[in-house]
Amino acid sequence: MPKSYADLLREARAEIRELSPTEADLARETDPRTVLVDVREASEWEQGHAAGAVHVGKSYIEQDIEAAVPTRDTPVILYCAGGIRSLFAAQTLRAMGYTDVASMSGGFQQWKSQGLAWQAPRVLSDAQKQRYSRHLLIPEVGSDGQAHLLESKVLLVGAGGLGSPAALYLAAAGVGTIGIVDFDVVDVSNLQRQILHTTDRVGERKVESARKTINALNPEVNVVGHEEMLTTTNVDRIIAGYDVILDGTDTFETRYALNDAAVAAGIPVVHASVFRFEGQLTVFKPYEGPCYRCLYPTPPPPELAPGCSVAGVLGVVPGIMGLLQANEVLKLLLGIGDSLAGRLLLFDALDASFTELHLKRDPHCPTCSDEAVAARAAGTPLATTSPSDGGVFILGGQA
Amino acid sequence: MTAIRIPPVLRAQVGGAKQVDVPAGSLEDVLGALVTAHPGLQAQLFTDEGELNRFVNVYVDGQDVRYLDGLATAVAEADTVMILPAMAGG
Repeated sequence: MPKSYADLLREARAEIRELSPTEADLARETDPRTVLVDVREASEWEQGHAAGAVHVGKSYIEQDIEAAVPTRDTPVILYCAGGIRSLFAAQTLRAMGYTDVASMSGGFQQWKSQGLAWQAPRVLSDAQKQRYSRHLLIPEVGSDGQAHLLESKVLLVGAGGLGSPAALYLAAAGVGTIGIVDFDVVDVSNLQRQILHTTDRVGERKVESARKTINALNPEVNVVGHEEMLTTTNVDRIIAGYDVILDGTDTFETRYALNDAAVAAGIPVVHASVFRFEGQLTVFKPYEGPCYRCLYPTPPPPELAPGCSVAGVLGVVPGIMGLLQANEVLKLLLGIGDSLAGRLLLFDALDASFTELHLKRDPHCPTCSDEAVAARAAGTPLATTSPSDGGVFILGGQA
Repeated sequence: MTAIRIPPVLRAQVGGAKQVDVPAGSLEDVLGALVTAHPGLQAQLFTDEGELNRFVNVYVDGQDVRYLDGLATAVAEADTVMILPAMAGG
């Protein structure tokens, strides 16, 4: 027996509970688990949507809803422009086993006319939609996530073995501003692993070489050069305003100076280091996990920790570790996944193995403990050990 | 026997081995057996007072011994001891 549109609509209304916009808003307030799903076309969503709603277009609802609403007993309220498409979409969710599904009558038009909160999403240009289309297809990134990346600022400390692959992928991903701290020039021995640079740029300043490579890949990225050695005296100025810092340096002095300043400024640092066939990786998220000084309270003597120029390194090892750093940076910027804060990942290229160690905050850490925070606030930072003199220095102080 | 993972920077002191097996016991016993067999490691791992050097991290089954019982941490046969010095390279 063929069915008319009116038949289908009648059946949907009989099956699906309908809520007015006010009731839908109240339901969300009463049960914060409630997800408001906008099932309109992307072009309609871009004109504005209910505040806090997620977008799963009706055309893709079967394949995308499980990512947006993973559990079947989550209360879901669907809406469209006028309340019809959402009724049919709600039937689909019922058929998929969602147990608490409602449709908002009157749709977004009525939502707006009743003065309920709505917002306009950040809209990407057509060129950006094309360039980042593979990101836009991922619900965890989407237009909002991509727009956020475009507004993000990431500082790479070092445009070397770790910074090179990270810079390329962060630029490709559309991170809007990439700062680079490096005072060095390109040496021919760098080219075995530092893929930002090229043979014809030997002798050129690394920051300039990096800028050329990054902008050739993505002209939209604003590359900010900091051509100076990062020290305790300039670190606060250099890192100010960045969202995430990627530590790709090769000295303990810089790593400790960066750590202390980043903790004080509340900026997460994605850390990696390499030695021959092995690498270490973690995220230092201020006050949520340990910092570099919690992990390594005291720098080792030079013979126990030679850099790449002394000990050598298989070129792909910083490549792999740098990309894992870029991955952590993107997760932090997008607020997705589980960061490596509190976990140290060890990579062994010869075994092709990863090992994970658990890290803890040191309650007596001179940089990130409660006592250290209070001392900084009082203008009398706690003394810390300096790698260079084996003695004691105070960040920004005279001791 | 308990396996001790030797980091690359210390392997020259143990004839290039990636892993050294010693009898289980306390961490002090385990590392003591290691430095008895490879005396070159004594100064790298321990202070003159016999404490672990602060620049060397030691993990028993993935946990930092500073937050377990230090050198008194019990190490079972099935446990893996990992010695982890900081790396500088980037």
